Amino acid sequence: MTRGITLSQAVNEAIAEEMRRDETVILIGEDVAEAGTPFKVLSGLVEEFGTDRVIDTPIAEPGFMGIAVGAAMTGLRPIVDLMFGDFLYLVMDQLCNQAAKTHYMSGGKLSVPLVLRTNLGATRRSAAQHSQSLHALVAHIPGLKVAMPSSAYEAKGLLKAAIRDDNPVVIFEDKLMYQDKAPVPEEEYLLPLGEAAILREGSEVTLIGTSSMRQVCERAAEILDGDGIGAEVIDPRTLVPLDEGTILGSVRKTSRAIVVDEGHQNFGITAEIAARISEKAFYHLDAPVIRMGAMDVPVPFSPALEDLTVPTPEGVAANARALVRGVPVHAP
Amino acid sequence: MPRDKSANSEAYLRMYRQMVRIRAFENNANQLYLNAKMPGLTHMYTGQEAVAVGICEALTDEDRITSTHRGHGHCLAKGAELRLMFCELLGKEEGYCRGKGGSMHIADQAHGNLGANAIVGGSAGIATGAALSAKRLGRNYVTVCFFGDGATAQGLWYEVMNMAALWKLPVIYACENNGYSEYTPTDEVVAGSLTARAEAFGIEAHQVDGQDVLAVNKCATELAERCRRGEGPFFIELETYRYHGHHVGDINRDYYRSKEEEARWKADRDPIDNFGKWLQSEGVAAKEELAMIDSEIGDEAAAAVKYALAAPYPDAVEVDMHVFKGVEHALPYMSGERQ
Ligand SMILES: Cc1ncc(C[n+]2csc(CCOP(=O)(O)OP(=O)(O)O)c2C)c(N)n1
Ligand SMILES: [Mg+2]
Repeated sequence: MTRGITLSQAVNEAIAEEMRRDETVILIGEDVAEAGTPFKVLSGLVEEFGTDRVIDTPIAEPGFMGIAVGAAMTGLRPIVDLMFGDFLYLVMDQLCNQAAKTHYMSGGKLSVPLVLRTNLGATRRSAAQHSQSLHALVAHIPGLKVAMPSSAYEAKGLLKAAIRDDNPVVIFEDKLMYQDKAPVPEEEYLLPLGEAAILREGSEVTLIGTSSMRQVCERAAEILDGDGIGAEVIDPRTLVPLDEGTILGSVRKTSRAIVVDEGHQNFGITAEIAARISEKAFYHLDAPVIRMGAMDVPVPFSPALEDLTVPTPEGVAANARALVRGVPVHAP
Repeated sequence: MPRDKSANSEAYLRMYRQMVRIRAFENNANQLYLNAKMPGLTHMYTGQEAVAVGICEALTDEDRITSTHRGHGHCLAKGAELRLMFCELLGKEEGYCRGKGGSMHIADQAHGNLGANAIVGGSAGIATGAALSAKRLGRNYVTVCFFGDGATAQGLWYEVMNMAALWKLPVIYACENNGYSEYTPTDEVVAGSLTARAEAFGIEAHQVDGQDVLAVNKCATELAERCRRGEGPFFIELETYRYHGHHVGDINRDYYRSKEEEARWKADRDPIDNFGKWLQSEGVAAKEELAMIDSEIGDEAAAAVKYALAAPYPDAVEVDMHVFKGVEHALPYMSGERQ
């Protein structure tokens, strides 16, 4: 049985279920208790689990991140709430120098089972310090797993898997999707990290979209359908590990690929996935792999400008059309 | 169980032995560096032995510590053995971290050492988090966070002290003030007083002579017991001195501190010499007995070095192991190969 719930409810359910199942799971962050975060994602949890397990902190991101790392090393399984993805820069030392490397530097003797939940996504008219999509920064660091739920269904299943994982996992939710509903099973389920989903089958071009860019790709596929072009849509779901097999299998079939992601395009996720396709499926390709990331500018405030910086269904469809028709996307 | 170790001579001799063991370890490590037998550099703990030993002798195996780039002393004092430490120092497979940590991350995890940190001040959060676990899980252990005077300039410490005080966590922040951070005297980088900084958070602060192992042990024992009773957190500033340069390669250091200053500390305030003299004057041990301990530990260290030099390096297949818990090899895993 499924029912439609919002991404926000899905996250809340995942956390509540895991906190009921495992006493060592705690929540820590700013305004996570009575306020339930500014996005109200965590509402109701403090009432059920109390302030011993739903811990409001001062505004001290490196501090509570570091405390979570130490707590994770000593028997707790903290879920850290980082209010905005943009604040990742503040916690980088604790996340990348401490959490990510502890297992390795200790020769496997210590481990850091924690989840860092944060968000990404522009077009909320929040300007350059509240709109970034910084998952490439952490995907670059060995020792961190990175999940990118693209709907309520993924958000719940991936978060539950992340909480049970014995390693640091960073989950990026799209803050514009918190109120988006999707069918979610009533029964318990987990989505394993490292398994991509093929959301739509097609034979002429593969569209790979992370997080909300999955929806952009799905809408592009509908547009292309109208043009008689069959697009396959893949949601990687996690960047680390990355299910290369599913992506490469699709591209070997379609021989064309566009990678769409809301992080900056330069040196980003789109570049990484495109490179892997080019290296490993080159002889199956009929056209260059196209990257479509966020424009390489700080996110502007004005809607007139901000909307120009993120990939759109129309833009993806136009590039796909060009690839299929053999028209160069970039002038030769 | 509160234990008053300082009340018996066995405990005194154990502290003496532990300090001598640290010094022997460091002398050998320095020699390995000078003979080009050790990969990389290392930071000597020599001169500061009474701090690590005085504090760790107040702790049980259940208690946790976090350590620093100058961490050999903490590691040994918390119960590590010489052979596996030398193996780690030389990057050998048998080392405590399978050769993946080296000098700056050396830790005997089984004795509650949560790791040595090469980010100055980087472990303040980890120590405080370990204390949060103790409180949340109803465990009775105490966590000691070792750090240098230089680390007091890092913001992280203030953030976590604030939370430790708000949440009454069983953690002791132990600042080893050895007068320098790298090549800079402490008074050039510390405004006001360190104890006042902790006190500003409502944290009880103590200043102790870090060259006097009994004074350190007494203070640490009391504070550890009080932590167990829920009276933490605490701060201790321990005045001490490092005999070597910042690291083994820091040989010509006249430009930041004088030879006279170094000679004075060694002559007047050596923690091992002074404790040895005290043991003799109190009739705990005769000179010959102490000399015997010195030579036994010297032999033990020499044998450990020999063992470590002959020990094998990790196999190449280990390079992508231990990246993720539960994942045998990280590289195929990250490309999506199912485990
Ligand atoms: C964040 C950071 N900044 C700088 C360094 C380089 N560094 C290594 S040790 C050190 C001095 C630390 O001084 P202190 O905390 O007093 O410890 P001590 O070396 O005296 O034991 C510095 C600056 C570092 N490792 N980490
Ligand atoms: Mg210092």
